[in-house]
Order: sequence, then structure tokens, then C-alpha cells
Amino acid sequence: MSYLPFVLAAWIFIVGIFGIVRSRHYIHLVVCLSLTQSSTYVLLLSIGYVKHGGAPIFKDVPQGTRAVDPVVQALTLTDIVVSVTVAALVLALAIQAKKNAKTMNPDELRPVRG
Amino acid sequence: MVALQATIMTLVAIGALAVALTNDLVRLVIVSSAYTLLLVILFVVLQAPDVALSMLVVGTIGYPLVLFVAIRRDRADE
Amino acid sequence: MSRRARLALFGLAAAGLAALLLWSITGLPKFGDYHGAYGKILNKAAPKERQTSNVVAAVVFDYRGFDTMGEEFILFGAVMGVAMLLRAPREDEAPVPVDSVRSDAVRAFGVSFSGATLVLGLWIVAHGYVTPGGGFQGGVILAAAFLLVWLAGSYRPYRQLTPVPIVDFAEGTGAGAYVVIGLSALLVGDAFLHNLLPYGVAGKLASGGSIPLLNWASGLEVTAAFVLLFNEFLSERAIMIEPKRRPS
Repeated sequence: MSYLPFVLAAWIFIVGIFGIVRSRHYIHLVVCLSLTQSSTYVLLLSIGYVKHGGAPIFKDVPQGTRAVDPVVQALTLTDIVVSVTVAALVLALAIQAKKNAKTMNPDELRPVRG
Repeated sequence: MVALQATIMTLVAIGALAVALTNDLVRLVIVSSAYTLLLVILFVVLQAPDVALSMLVVGTIGYPLVLFVAIRRDRADE
Repeated sequence: MSRRARLALFGLAAAGLAALLLWSITGLPKFGDYHGAYGKILNKAAPKERQTSNVVAAVVFDYRGFDTMGEEFILFGAVMGVAMLLRAPREDEAPVPVDSVRSDAVRAFGVSFSGATLVLGLWIVAHGYVTPGGGFQGGVILAAAFLLVWLAGSYRPYRQLTPVPIVDFAEGTGAGAYVVIGLSALLVGDAFLHNLLPYGVAGKLASGGSIPLLNWASGLEVTAAFVLLFNEFLSERAIMIEPKRRPS
């Protein structure tokens, strides 16, 4: 239990890359890419966790109660919103690839020559 | 509390494997939305409400829309 | 490289990577044992110094405001990339969109919830530095309020609500306002993005110095970026639904 979240982050990372390697469709590849990215969120939040700590919001809670680390939460929350936009960019690339090469299978999308 | 954390972490691990192994595209959207929900619960259990809100909003509004448009575009050009 | 060879190579590499990761995990402190000093100092000092009850918002918009500016410009650039990819080679002008939802229940849902989602998004952006929330989360909810007009209605009112020049301008204003607020600190002689305005009392809306302004700027930018993203994706020709011709 004391190392379970870190093992979970490593597991999600490797499973995500496995999904990318075995995918047969570009859209499945993009979803597995964002799955790999989610492993970093789990790792960051687990590092910042304090045992018996509450959320770092002090609205009704007296200041000074034990709380988890706010810096890693700040890093993670902007990252999540940005990741969906980057996934949309890669999906737009896939749509263009479908227009030009008529396929969305990564095995058949070769680099353009000449 | 420890049991809750261990349970949700195991569920997240199973969900990640399910996303990587799904082949059908529409099913993939549903499985990935379920995985997002499990991640939201994990973030709440780890005492991060801002991060959980961010992931919830993005996983409900952002991801399914762009994925469905891409799938529709893929099928319409067959 | 054939598929089997690729999977076999991946198996080898994954085994090596897993071994390295597991070895490195044993060097980390245990889960729950937090050794860093930065987090503890921020939790003690931020509510008193910046008078915000949400310490994460204070970190995002004040202590690490420079990182947030970078993230906003990633958002800006990615949406610009999507627009460039999907706008230019559209083969013909977009056909007249005639998709309209015919179910009354869906229409009623859309009408009632669009307004409610708008209010919810504005509330979450406004209270971002008091309770969990902020410009990023609330911005996406505001974009969803516009999207519900398309989902539960038809395409044309959605495009009329979100004309491209206005959305482009709003996105640029949001990103630029963030930088301008940061630069205005330079005019007074302080560092870039230094917190200028008077802090109020923690827990009320008028608190945090320049954090509310940065909050609203990033909310505006995220809303406009997502509306633009949805516009580009929904204008794809394959999404327009042609009506079935009625035999006359």
C-alpha cells in the first residue's frame, strides 16, 4: 500500500504504450496517447499526498490544518485542459490523413516521399 | 480510508487495460469515458477537488465530442 | 517491420522499462510521507499573504503565474493549428445545414439547460479563488452552454451565436489580457506578474489582488478556444445531415 500509487502510475504508462503499439486505428492511438498522459497526473498527485491531509482549500476549515500539496495540483489542472486540445489537434491530423491517404490505419500510413 | 484508496486504484488499473484492449471505436469512447470517471473518483480520494473538476469537465464535454466527430468523419468517407 | 516483430520488440523494451521503474520506485518516500517544504510553506503562508481561500488558485495565478501563461499559449497555438488544418482545404462551401432535432423532449432539455449551464459556468469562474473552480474549469462549462444550442436545437442558431470574428477576437483578448496585466506590474517597477491590487479579506469575492483579473482573462480565453475548436470540428462536411426527400 505504501508504494501502490507509484506502481499504478508505472502500470498505466506501460499499458498506454502497449495500446499505442498494438492499435489498428488512428483514433484508438490518440486515446491511448492520452491514457499514457494520465499516468503522469496520477504520479504527481500521489507524490503530493499527505497522510490524513485534507484538500488545500481553507474556506470553512481553520488555517493550519494539515493539507496536501497544492503545487502539484496546480501543475496537473492546467495540463488536463491543454491535453484535450492537443488530442483534438492530432485528431485533426488524422482527419486530414483520411482525406489524403484514404486510410486511418497507422500501419498503412507511410511517410510521403518526393 | 486505506481500503477505499486501494479499491479505486485497482479499478483504475483495470480500466486502463480495458481502454488499451478495446478495438471497436464506439465502444472505445464509452470505455474511455468510464475510465475518466474512475480517474475523477481517484482524484477526489487523493484530496484534489480542482483537478477532479477539471478532469470531469474535460471528459464530459471535450473528449467525447472530438472523438465522435473524428469517428463520423472516418465512416462517412468509406 | 511486421506486427509480430514490433510486439516482440515492445515486450522486451517494456520488461526493461518496468524493471527500471520498479527499482526507481523503491527510492521514493512512502505514499503519504511528504518531505517537500514548498507545499507546507504555501499552505501556511498563502491564505494570509494573498487572502485567497483556494491555495491552488493562488499557486496557478500568482506564485506560478508564468507557467499558466505558457499553458494558455499552448492552448492558443493548438487551436490555431486545428483551425489551419481543418479550415483551408474544405472542398466546397459548407452546404446549407438542415439538421434539426425533432424530439420535443430533447429540445426542452436543451432550452432549459443551456441557460442553467451558462449560469453554472459563470459561477464557477467567478468563485475560482474562493472554492474549487477557476478559469479553466468554468471556461469549458461556458463553451458547453453554447454547444447545447447545437446539440438540442439546430446548427444555424449555434453559428449565429458564435460568429467566427467575435470568437477569434475574444480568444486573442483573453490571452493578451493576461500578458497585459502581467506587464502592468512592470510599469510600477515590480517584477512581471507581480500582484498589484490591494488584497481584500479571504473568502469574499473581492480578494486576492490581481488574481480575479487573471482568472477572468484565462476563463475568457479557454471559453473562446473551446468554442472555436467545436466550430472547426462541427463544420466538417460529414457532420451535416441531409434531410430525407419526402415524396411530393
